[in-house]
Amino acid sequence: MQEVMRDKLVAKAKELLTGGVVTRVLGWKRGEFCYDLTPGIFKSADELDKEFDFGDFAAPNLSKYLIDETRKEDGKVAVFMKPCDTYSFNQLLTEHRIDREKVYVIGVPCEGMIDNKKLSAAADGIKNVAVDYENVVVETLWDGNVTVPRESVLAERCLNCKSKKHVALDELVGYEDEITECNRFDEVARLEAMTPEERFEFWQGELSRCIRCNACRDVCPACTCEKCVFDNPSSGVESKAPSDSFEEKMFHIIRAFHVTGRCTDCGECSRVCPQNIPLHLLNRKFIKDINELWGEYQAGAEVGSRAPLVNYTFDDMEPSEAVERGDKNA
Amino acid sequence: MRKISLDKLDLLFAKIAENQSLYIPSDSVEGAKFTKWTNGTALTNELNTVRGIKDFFFPQSEDLMKFKMQGKNIEVIDIRDEHEDFVIFGARACDVRAMTVLDNVFLHAEPVDTYYKNRREHGIIMSLACTRPVETCFCGTFGIDAANPEGDIVCHKTDDALYMNAVSEKGTALLDSLSDITEDADTKAVDEQKALIKERMTKLPLAELTTDAFGGGKTEKFFDSPEWAKLSESCLGCGTCTFVCPTCQCYDIRDFKTNDGVVRYRCWDSCMYSQFTRMAHGNNRNSQKERFRQRFMHKLVYYPENNNGMFSCVGCGRCLAKCPIRMNIVKVMKALEGTDNGSN
Amino acid sequence: MQDVTNFKPLIVAFCCNWCSYAGADLAGSNRLAYPADVKIIRVPCSCRVNPMFILRAFQRGADGVIICGCHPGDCHYTSGNYYARRRMSLLFSMLDYLGIERDRTRVEWVSAAEGAKFAATMNDFVEKVTALGPNKRLEDLRCKK
Repeated sequence: MQEVMRDKLVAKAKELLTGGVVTRVLGWKRGEFCYDLTPGIFKSADELDKEFDFGDFAAPNLSKYLIDETRKEDGKVAVFMKPCDTYSFNQLLTEHRIDREKVYVIGVPCEGMIDNKKLSAAADGIKNVAVDYENVVVETLWDGNVTVPRESVLAERCLNCKSKKHVALDELVGYEDEITECNRFDEVARLEAMTPEERFEFWQGELSRCIRCNACRDVCPACTCEKCVFDNPSSGVESKAPSDSFEEKMFHIIRAFHVTGRCTDCGECSRVCPQNIPLHLLNRKFIKDINELWGEYQAGAEVGSRAPLVNYTFDDMEPSEAVERGDKNA
Repeated sequence: MRKISLDKLDLLFAKIAENQSLYIPSDSVEGAKFTKWTNGTALTNELNTVRGIKDFFFPQSEDLMKFKMQGKNIEVIDIRDEHEDFVIFGARACDVRAMTVLDNVFLHAEPVDTYYKNRREHGIIMSLACTRPVETCFCGTFGIDAANPEGDIVCHKTDDALYMNAVSEKGTALLDSLSDITEDADTKAVDEQKALIKERMTKLPLAELTTDAFGGGKTEKFFDSPEWAKLSESCLGCGTCTFVCPTCQCYDIRDFKTNDGVVRYRCWDSCMYSQFTRMAHGNNRNSQKERFRQRFMHKLVYYPENNNGMFSCVGCGRCLAKCPIRMNIVKVMKALEGTDNGSN
Repeated sequence: MQDVTNFKPLIVAFCCNWCSYAGADLAGSNRLAYPADVKIIRVPCSCRVNPMFILRAFQRGADGVIICGCHPGDCHYTSGNYYARRRMSLLFSMLDYLGIERDRTRVEWVSAAEGAKFAATMNDFVEKVTALGPNKRLEDLRCKK
């Protein structure tokens, strides 16, 4: 259920294209089914009419594509962004990865996106989907209409939505909204309260499923290295497969560490994981620690903010105290 | 044909597991997954597993040999041994056909891959017909009959019984060993189910998709198609499609330096990766467009050209379900088809 | 099976060139004893220690990893150890979150004059790691004999 409908966005994109404000539009393309939207570039009103789509499945965060897109050619690119996407955009601006002058950001309000994995687990053979605030009615191939509560198939990141406010914007289609109250650290706290043995068991079970497809890395708007250390043959840690259980631990610890203080918690990593690993719980642990150790910090909330790991104060906590602090909380 | 009532399914599994490892698709946090059967492992209700049966014969990572260094001496250690016997129950028609695709690469061409052969010889596949295909299924496009899967023993699960028909020597031997708990059955229930499946296959959203435009000899036709740039523009270059694919067979061989020697292992590689087939002169496919094109041209043109017209896609639909940006072979086929004017 | 009673942990100590490395020297010339299984790796600053170094040390068989740098305020490069302090706080907290025993990692500030502190720190660290036994949770089986 989205308040702002596809047609309104198409009209806005057409207006910008024909008015010469932008030369192309970055948005979502309609797929084979009702749910498989693909990010894509639109260069004409005709393409927009035929292929543009938006709705409950417009999950992909488009901000990372702007790095390449703004380098490709002159002229502005218009991009549609949900509130959480704008945090990634700001972070990329902070890191000088995107030329702001070449982008026209159109904010789109978001009511939460549906998680395909949850939906196909709830209903077999999806023909069509109708969504309202309460329910998702799935027209199935063999079981007629199946109704499931919308909340049960919303993406995890949407259930724990941190903000409905656009933090970067040239124009907003639809209504303005606010930063939301959320409980996104509850699951981290639950894990922290476990014994080390339980935590090890939990993460061993989760991370051992990794198949090193690198989707989490490649989709991540914070992972923008030209050459990843794990793809670099001279780094000594290049690996294409989790050949030993150590490998997947190292990969995920290092990847999470590399985006610490820059991760906006957009949730793309967990969305794309084909093995259903809750990768956001690694990033959120870092975010939670940062908040507790050195004060609240939200990456991407503003452009140009100094990330916690390139900052310090004279009386920061010692590492041993930082680790043991968990015990006092428990 | 033999049958066993569904309430005795555990008995059947226990009996098979007496003499070899048995793997059945079971629910897990990652989705359905082939799990080693122990008492209590329950069969999933999901149509298919997140990953196919390829892993059993061609695992993601396997050690090939070891070297031990002592002073100036290098000892080469052959670590191959006979693989244990195992049975895979519940493989779907698409995944079983995928094994034929892999056999063509690893067994039916010189040199024969002994690691693969070893596993293949020791594995028995019990396939299971699909009564509830989902919207992403398009095995029919590649001439696969979901009602009549291949395999060593072909199974049909009805509301009350499991019907089993051995179609290979290995399968016959296994089914014979189960004769005291199974009973003879006529084909009536199975025939009815086959008719239902056939009817359902025609109702799938992708039922009309054909391979008419593709096959050997089409390289020049599609290689420079302008569609590739558009299709690949949002590709992330991750390996999800290749790693969930039951037929993707590219691998890399690497050395891992241990503290006192070297382990030479091979692991799946993905043509979507920037360092795929990197050679001394650098990389031969430098853009994501080229890498993307390679994957689909291989499935739809190069492979059939080298394998008597057989395609190396089986329509299992995994890439449709798992691609982070939802690009997939169906979209590629449809876009390229549009550029096919029937000549050639 | 390793005999736990005779278990001698392998410790990797990353020592800052400007302080702890000299501290280790001083400990040596003062004949202060600390276990020989502490392998010192000299780094230009505690801030040079990349989280990957630590994980790689564990992968290659370390049972404990300790980082020694200049006391806060005394960094040869003004502020390196302040950054190291933040980084290691996060990394060690993450390792703890993943269930890795927290006594396997440590950061200690040891100056060039503190030979005695260096030896005492190493003795204490080795004792703690010995009590934990061999590193199992961050091991790479391929590197085991």
